Amino acid sequence: MDKEKDEKIKRYVTSSQIWKSIFRRKHDDTKRSRVLAVVGNFFLHLHPVSLSRHALALKYTWCMGGITFFLFLFLTLTGVYLMFYYHPSIGEAYWDIKDLHYSVPFGKILRNIHRWGGHLMVITVMIHMYRVFMTGSYKAPREFNWLIGVGLLVLTLLLSFTGYLLTWDQLGVWAITVGTNMAGATPLLGHEGPFGEQLGMTAHNDVRFALLGGSSVEKNALLRAYVWHCIAIPLFVALLIGVHLWRVRKDGFSGSL
Amino acid sequence: MSNIIHILFLKDNEVIALFGIAVFFFAVVAFREAIKNDRLQKQGKWPPEGQSGKDKVLTWPFLVRKEFLVAIFVTAGLLVWGVLRNAPLEEFADPNITPNPSKAPWYFLGLQEMLVYFDPWIAGVLFPLLIIVGLMAIPYIDINPKGSGYYTIRERKFAVSVFSFGFLFLWVILIVVGVFFRGTGWLWYWPWQEWVPHTIVAETNYDFTQFLGIDSRSVSGSITGGSVVTLYYLLGMVIPYVVMKARNSKNLQKLGLIRYITVSFLFWSMIGLPIKMFLRLIFHMKYIWVTPWFNI
Repeated sequence: MDKEKDEKIKRYVTSSQIWKSIFRRKHDDTKRSRVLAVVGNFFLHLHPVSLSRHALALKYTWCMGGITFFLFLFLTLTGVYLMFYYHPSIGEAYWDIKDLHYSVPFGKILRNIHRWGGHLMVITVMIHMYRVFMTGSYKAPREFNWLIGVGLLVLTLLLSFTGYLLTWDQLGVWAITVGTNMAGATPLLGHEGPFGEQLGMTAHNDVRFALLGGSSVEKNALLRAYVWHCIAIPLFVALLIGVHLWRVRKDGFSGSL
Repeated sequence: MSNIIHILFLKDNEVIALFGIAVFFFAVVAFREAIKNDRLQKQGKWPPEGQSGKDKVLTWPFLVRKEFLVAIFVTAGLLVWGVLRNAPLEEFADPNITPNPSKAPWYFLGLQEMLVYFDPWIAGVLFPLLIIVGLMAIPYIDINPKGSGYYTIRERKFAVSVFSFGFLFLWVILIVVGVFFRGTGWLWYWPWQEWVPHTIVAETNYDFTQFLGIDSRSVSGSITGGSVVTLYYLLGMVIPYVVMKARNSKNLQKLGLIRYITVSFLFWSMIGLPIKMFLRLIFHMKYIWVTPWFNI
């Protein structure tokens, strides 16, 4: 009796115009509906429709690429939340973090997971790369996707690196100081690097100056780190991830071809 | 002892412990899978990953279900982590107080550790660049068609051992050293030693040519040093080439000259790092090649 009622309600809902306008398939267990689930969905259609059974095994892919992608989405969301409470100026940045810690609802835990998630993403990217190498998954025809992957590794490191400065505490500022001092040693382009002096590089016009927007870590450096961290690098990452996943699908998902 | 306990529970540094453990855990998994596959192939069987797409399953629901599960586990894990441990926040930035030691973010500590052995332009710029370019070059210089899509050691001994050495040993170990063994003044401290902020270690280092009685800053010293570095690369490239040529190696023919030079240049640059570390730590050798513009 109840079952009959349920069926009736279900039929009524799924045959409504609203339902049909959203889902373009029946929710039954036929092969056709399952294929349509992937093909007809914007988010799922980055996947291939079917894949080799072995590619599902956790011991084969370790799921590291997927986790990395998920962490990127996760960090974007938590990052946007943090942006609502943060001013990229040296008078306010540190105190905004304190506010997040002590008075913003869920601010503390969101900052915590944003930081831990960032670290975790650096780790999972490296392990993902190691797995891809060990299974020889960069071999033809996937060479170019490995290249994009290396680009994503560099961008991930830069994302994490630029985030360091935003707290404007001793840890961040000195970590950035050490990091950018190395840039000053760039051959030709840095004022302390080989042949830099001969090319007229000084502390006020070399590559380190361009990174910091000045000759030392100050307010311009904070603003630049903020823009790189929140806008510029995520844009590049999003673009490259799109290409990366699309090529995974086009080149075949895991295993030999 | 108090320092290592302090470091171990110092904000970000638990991450490095996690990193070290995770990397070596997965390395063991990879090698176990590879050995298993190699054994299978010896029996004339093929690992399931090596067969192309015969046994297919649908993405929905089999893959998507797993992806959602993993996403939930990662979120849950992060939430627990975020509840238990607070993200680091030190005192307000003060340009007048330089922390000692002052360390870069942990994933760059391998490069910072290299600063002990090399000029900053090598440790901070040239090596990172070589690492990135070298990584990008991998699919184009590794032309071995075998071992595509499954774990194996037997079919790609050189590739697997070089990459694993570079990643598991050079990269990870240097990070671990930078985090856990470097204290005030970037001096080496064992876990049971106390950091002494004012220690001055009189380290007398010599340039290579000084061992031969030549002033390293003189022209002849510079030329001698330069010849040694050039000879290192030249011999490293020529000797294996001659040996392989004599054996009529098929690998060499397939590689071609340009690929061969790229591979051996990257390889000997990588090996140069532990060699230079060894020379410095055992023989107190500072630079091999000194010029007015740069030192190696």
